[in-house]
Amino acid sequence: MILVLNNKIDRSSFELLSKARKLADKASMKLAFLLMSNSKKDVQQLARFGPDMVILAVHEKFNRFSLDPFLSTAKKILAKYSPSIVLAPATTFGRTLMPALAASFRTGLTADCTELDVDEKGNLLQTRPAIGGNVMATIVTPTHRPQMATVRPGVFEIVEHRKDDVQFIEERIEDLSDRCQLISVEPKQAGARLEDAKIIVSVGKGLRKKENVEVAFKLASLVKGAVGASRAVVDARWLSHDHQVGLSGKTVKPRIYIAAGISGAVQHLAGMQTSEIIVAINKDRYAPIFKVADIGIVADAYWVLSELVQRLERESDESGG
Amino acid sequence: MNFLVLVKQVPDTEKVKIDPISGTMVREGLDVTMNPLDSHALELAVSLKEKLNGSVTVLSMGPMNTIDVLRDAIALGADRAILLSDSALAGSDTWATSLALAKAIEKLNIAFDLMICGEKSTDGETGQVGIELATLLNLPVVTYVSELIELGSNFVLVKRSIEDAHEVWKAPLPACLCVLKSVAEPRLPTLAGKKTAMDAKIEIYDTESIGINREEVGLKGSPTRVVKVFNTKIARNCRIYADKDILEGIERVVGLIKAVRDGEAK
Ligand SMILES: Cc1cc2nc3c(=O)[nH]c(=O)nc-3n(C[C@H](O)[C@H](O)[C@H](O)COP(=O)(O)OP(=O)(O)OC[C@H]3O[C@@H](n4cnc5c(N)ncnc54)[C@H](O)[C@@H]3O)c2cc1C
Ligand SMILES: Cc1cc2nc3c(=O)[nH]c(=O)nc-3n(C[C@H](O)[C@H](O)[C@H](O)COP(=O)(O)OP(=O)(O)OC[C@H]3O[C@@H](n4cnc5c(N)ncnc54)[C@H](O)[C@@H]3O)c2cc1C
Repeated sequence: MILVLNNKIDRSSFELLSKARKLADKASMKLAFLLMSNSKKDVQQLARFGPDMVILAVHEKFNRFSLDPFLSTAKKILAKYSPSIVLAPATTFGRTLMPALAASFRTGLTADCTELDVDEKGNLLQTRPAIGGNVMATIVTPTHRPQMATVRPGVFEIVEHRKDDVQFIEERIEDLSDRCQLISVEPKQAGARLEDAKIIVSVGKGLRKKENVEVAFKLASLVKGAVGASRAVVDARWLSHDHQVGLSGKTVKPRIYIAAGISGAVQHLAGMQTSEIIVAINKDRYAPIFKVADIGIVADAYWVLSELVQRLERESDESGG
Repeated sequence: MNFLVLVKQVPDTEKVKIDPISGTMVREGLDVTMNPLDSHALELAVSLKEKLNGSVTVLSMGPMNTIDVLRDAIALGADRAILLSDSALAGSDTWATSLALAKAIEKLNIAFDLMICGEKSTDGETGQVGIELATLLNLPVVTYVSELIELGSNFVLVKRSIEDAHEVWKAPLPACLCVLKSVAEPRLPTLAGKKTAMDAKIEIYDTESIGINREEVGLKGSPTRVVKVFNTKIARNCRIYADKDILEGIERVVGLIKAVRDGEAK
């Protein structure tokens, strides 16, 4: 059995289920989804992405993630169902729970995978970037079970796979103790929503100064898009880390990715190279970003973004008036 | 108050160069340094020790050149440095690394109130060792700690930064924290610190002295196997618009943007 686990019903759950369905078919395995949450709301949605079984572990303590209660519950469920593969999104949730779970079962865990496959014997081939995105490594867990991996959100395609006979099973949860105590929660501002944007305007140090970043926001708002950034821009505090695209930031896959004044370091590419169309704007004809771009404009980044804004504004004025 | 900081030695990846012809990482001449996040973890421990008294122990598993990194840690204020080094440990994955570190902590009876790890290393980048180790030691653990708010005699209050929120958590001591950069800004070593470091004793242990079964660690004891390492090569056929073609390029981008934006609106 392949078990996908998450604490939310969201994109990352759908992506993982979609991918896991293909793996399950290839290796003739069953696919189960384990939801650990404080609510059953929307569970029916999961059925659209191909699980044979949805296991519900619902408890008010699962409102916010804390290791102790999630670990004890996940351990029980893994012991009960003995999956041979366990997958979770590489979110702060998955990246905290999965190592503790792997250590509890004395098994291996591959971090932040961007590609997964199975062979005929049911061995999971886990591929992930490492060493600052400079290499990709394919990792297997030949003799230990379960084989465990966290998977980077935003990498796998969501594919619908309807099944009529999805089984929903509720697990009883008892005595959930937690050594840690949640004192308060302060929501972060719903900012860039980079992961969902169809068009991303990303800025690099080639914008030359902080004030110039404003033009990217103007363009993004005109096209209902979001603003991304290179790490150099985040390090210079022109933008917050929420905007960072790349290895140590977010992975995005928009319809159009505009890289303005970004050199194209491998660590940046790691977060955007699967975008559908990549537009690069750079003063340097030989900047590495052009190697991964579909359209390259060799010019001043601020000027080109301003031109795009002007043309799109003119457009909307004309159609509006 | 006693602190245990886990430090890893890593190649200086900020300086990693990619060979433009073979596309592989140029490793020659790369120095090893302390994993950058671990220096933030160390600073947190040292600054707390200076306020509350106590001691800071640093523990690392790695090849013998890790001694240099541990000397740096002493120069930065650590009181005791322990290196676990043995050829049998080579090739350890995160499970085997955590197991070896856990055994060393138990065998050497290292006493601590707070164990601090970095969120992740810059080379392996799994972010798993701190959590696996804490699980083996049965410690409560808080990950993605962005700020230590208060350290009491039997609890620690921390801020945790995750996707949608900042949370404040209270954990009983002893506890393990996996920290982000923002917990503390590393200081520069002083001349006096460097002098202390030069004369400091680095305690070195091998698997035998810790009582680690050599079969349980290293490549042999690792559940995961790297079966293939390859370079990321992605190339698209880029249409370049330069000089007199620039405006044409801009028009093309406007067209694409409109197609996507308007396609969405429908
Ligand atoms: C472990 C590790 C993790 C990392 N993670 C990330 C990550 O997640 N995301 C990330 O982005 N980076 C990451 N980096 C950093 C990465 O290596 C680069 O340093 C960073 O992406 C560079 O940002 P940049 O392209 O904005 O700046 P620079 O490298 O300074 O490039 C600026 C570019 O702008 C061009 N330019 C200059 N002036 C103009 C102008 N007037 N008009 C147009 N173009 C101009 C230049 O030709 C150049 O190509 C990481 C590095 C390491 C070691
Ligand atoms: C390309 C590549 C990919 C890899 N992928 C995986 C994988 O997916 N799964 C896997 O299990 N292993 C993997 N490994 C092996 C892994 O890198 C090593 O086990 C490594 O020793 C520890 O993992 P890390 O570097 O990811 O550390 P992290 O888990 O990222 O480190 C987190 C913190 O733990 C502490 N810490 C880590 N290592 C040590 C140490 N040696 N001594 C003291 N404290 C330490 C530090 O405080 C550090 O900040 C991979 C190795 C390579 C080269």
